[in-house]
Amino acid sequence: MSGNYLAATDLNFKAEILDSDKVALVDFWATWCGPCMMLGPVIEELAGDYEGKAVIAKLNVDENPKIAAQYGIRSIPSLLLFKNGQLVDQMLGALPKNQIAKKIDEHIN
Amino acid sequence: MDCEVRDLIIMGTGPAGYTAAIYTGRANLKPFVIEGFQPGGQLMITTEIENFPGFPEGIRGPELMGKMRDQATKFGAEFASGSVTEVDLSRSPFCLTLEDGREYFTRALIVATGANAKWLDIESEKRYRGKGVSACATCDGFFFRDCNVFVVGGGDTAMEEALYLTKFASHVTLVHRREEFRASKIMTLRTRKNPKISTMLNLVIDEILGDGQKVTGIRLKNVLTGELSVHPCDGVFLAIGHEPNTRLFKDQLNTDDYGYILTKKSSTETNVPGVFACGDVQDFTYRQAVTAVGTGCMAAVDAERFLESMR
Repeated sequence: MSGNYLAATDLNFKAEILDSDKVALVDFWATWCGPCMMLGPVIEELAGDYEGKAVIAKLNVDENPKIAAQYGIRSIPSLLLFKNGQLVDQMLGALPKNQIAKKIDEHIN
Repeated sequence: MDCEVRDLIIMGTGPAGYTAAIYTGRANLKPFVIEGFQPGGQLMITTEIENFPGFPEGIRGPELMGKMRDQATKFGAEFASGSVTEVDLSRSPFCLTLEDGREYFTRALIVATGANAKWLDIESEKRYRGKGVSACATCDGFFFRDCNVFVVGGGDTAMEEALYLTKFASHVTLVHRREEFRASKIMTLRTRKNPKISTMLNLVIDEILGDGQKVTGIRLKNVLTGELSVHPCDGVFLAIGHEPNTRLFKDQLNTDDYGYILTKKSSTETNVPGVFACGDVQDFTYRQAVTAVGTGCMAAVDAERFLESMR
């Protein structure tokens, strides 16, 4: 089931991701990145699946260079997982949905 | 679980898979297409395609693949997302298992799983993947603005990556293990003419160096003298060739020493009747979008004849 993901930005990153009381997944992406476009629908599905359980977000690196630089992003799509304001896990590339879900579950429990 | 036995399943959605879907769809075989882990295939991460006939102005990879997909859909192809994790070709109908456990049965199978960029398979490469080591300039070039980067490889892909990276990087060094590039003349000439690109030959990567957070340099080994040299840089882009996605078919389909599926001469037939292979997964020699399209069509025709002979 597709859901609405959070559009993370340089401005709302602290409030919505770092200060969130839930585990947060952030997909660093851009429109010119083929694998990012493939991952898009997967992120939307995850947003539906984890509604109320985790924050599922996308961050456009073109529009939000600060956060991308802060986390040393040099390859996209990059998926970063945050818990209690800390970076707890990192994945690279357009991964299958169940692989991403497994990582999220690990940190929820 | 899906117990229905289908006539035809196509694995893969690059130019070969889509073409097979267009032809078999048009022949009313209702092809069922399993997208695989990279829907659209390798062309999804290329920039401009200049040599696909019919597009004199060039066409972007994702756009071309989108058009092929639309054309296949128009003729009734059905798509399933996900990747196959298990294949049983020991009896007919063949059985395919997807990563979420779904099972599909089919009388004929077209394998168009393609090939993927090769990695060096060294520890330092794994450590710095996403931190300066990349195999996709179009994805990651953006993060190397005003940086000094190396591209490793000597084929057309390496030339293309180097040229693309000059849009961002301050300097691009092409490193190749041989005395001469394998790339086409036109691409080699373009890199030679570009003032931002320099070339280093007879060298292989010995180690990727970093500070724990990101790449800081590269250690190269001269293949003639064995001499080691260290070069500071911010990024290393690999374009050292491809390997076919045939792990699933190990001990079921005959392959050559490099893992490419062997097909019978002038056809797409494999050693298992009813299983056909097309595109890069069986093509070590040409590896072009156009040849993938060509063999995709051949596989469709071969599969159609096979299904007819079964009736």
